[in-house]
Amino acid sequence: MKPKAADKLATGIIVFFALLIVAVLLGMLGFILFRGLSHISWDFLTSEPQTIREGGGIGPQLFNSLYLLILTMIITIPLGLGAGIYMAEYAKPNKLTDAIRLIVEVLSSFPSIVVGLFGLLVVVQQFDFGFSLFSGAIVLTIFNMPLMVRVTEQAFRSVPKEQKEAGLAMGLSKWKIITSILFPVALPIIVTGTILAAGRVFGEAAALLFTAGMTTPHINFSDWNPLHHNSPLNPFRPAETLAVHIWKVNSEGLAPDAAQIAAGASAVLVILVLIFNLLARWLGRALYRKFTSIK
Amino acid sequence: MTDTLRTENLKVYYGEHEAVKGIDMTFAEQSVTALIGPSGCGKSTFLRSLNRMNDEIPGSRQTGNIWIGDKDINSSETDVTVLRQKIGMVWQRPNPFYKSIYENIAFGPKYHGIKNRKQLDQIVEDSLRKAALWDEVKDRLHTSALSLSGGQQQRLCIARALSVNPDILLLDEPASALDPISTSKIEELIGELKKSLTIVIVTHNMQQAARVSDFTAYFYLGSLMEYNETSIIFTNPSKPNTQEYISGRFG
Repeated sequence: MKPKAADKLATGIIVFFALLIVAVLLGMLGFILFRGLSHISWDFLTSEPQTIREGGGIGPQLFNSLYLLILTMIITIPLGLGAGIYMAEYAKPNKLTDAIRLIVEVLSSFPSIVVGLFGLLVVVQQFDFGFSLFSGAIVLTIFNMPLMVRVTEQAFRSVPKEQKEAGLAMGLSKWKIITSILFPVALPIIVTGTILAAGRVFGEAAALLFTAGMTTPHINFSDWNPLHHNSPLNPFRPAETLAVHIWKVNSEGLAPDAAQIAAGASAVLVILVLIFNLLARWLGRALYRKFTSIK
Repeated sequence: MTDTLRTENLKVYYGEHEAVKGIDMTFAEQSVTALIGPSGCGKSTFLRSLNRMNDEIPGSRQTGNIWIGDKDINSSETDVTVLRQKIGMVWQRPNPFYKSIYENIAFGPKYHGIKNRKQLDQIVEDSLRKAALWDEVKDRLHTSALSLSGGQQQRLCIARALSVNPDILLLDEPASALDPISTSKIEELIGELKKSLTIVIVTHNMQQAARVSDFTAYFYLGSLMEYNETSIIFTNPSKPNTQEYISGRFG
């Protein structure tokens, strides 16, 4: 074959695959939204679910998903950044750091149901945190940690080493160089990693069945003191998330409109992830611009 | 003069390899000293050792003394962060921070304790003027430093090094990645700066060494072969090896 023809053929095949993936994604997205959107109303988004009767909503579940995301990120981001910065800037290349890297890799490929069971035995029972948002956040952190560590390490390594040298030659301390010179440059990649991690929080169900629980007690949305038992902010209450709710409604829902509720909740979940993605990207870009003055 | 930079039996090792083999050198103040020699002769390593930048390379160590006046800065008691304010450095490839032009200059002084806005503005203007960049950037101080051309970026890096008021400036092939016009600007600048600074420059460009420097040191295989006034090195070197390198017969 002539080089030019081969080139054309290869380009064609690659474009075909790319389009195929886009088509599958758009198809799925369209399907979920098409089935679910008609069921979404303000009432659906805010009211409590019903067990047997029609017309249940997803208010508490929606709140739980968002709150669990925040709780998880409060634990994951500092730990992940810390470990990632250590691996990129402080860890000497030796057997120990190689071992840490390997363990992180293995951790990231753990089946979520196994991590969920581990959470049940250790966090829920042994440490007696019960089925709670906190237990869920711990388990999700175990998932997200490898991703955050790896992304942070790569983000810091991708900063040209001349930047660090320039900082050193100015008499800056290592810590100052990391926080003020390397971090702003690494930020966009870290934001991307955080979005990926957050997406997993929204979507995870298996691991949460045994840790955050499958029920939500009655929540009093007028009491925002995190220490109160019925407060929505109480991290030690059981909390069924949107993803878990979809699974539950689909598999054992008794309400006559269970299928519509599952479809509506799925659409809400997808939209939520989408909104979060856009917000996080916007925030990341705004911070990057602020730090670097790049337009 | 009390603050003269001087090395005594300075050796630098990378692992077992001795890259710099016991250099004794005294740098004249308010003048430019050029370090020349074929690639791998240890001149850049030697330059980096002067502000202890080799400390950052795993497996490297350096022995001997580096005197500034009567203080040995190659001892473990020396606070390198203080030392590096006294000795500025500029590299081959411009490496401005990913920040605005203003922030690039103000960053060092701010870190070292100057908080007053007016004072910082003054430092930024002074440093940029000294680096002959002020007129080109004064209207866009708060845009990204990365929007500047390569030559401007390099002068910004020099301005940045000047912002913390060093006594000594180390230049590691500062013009070798630039076009001829930018190069001549940098060379002019070096001529200006030596009025108040001790400058050490590594260069591969013989004409450049001849143009800008007052003294020239010829390095070969980690040793200092010959060190004298530039005019003597280039017209009447005492060693045949120096003569051959300068006339371009090897290296």
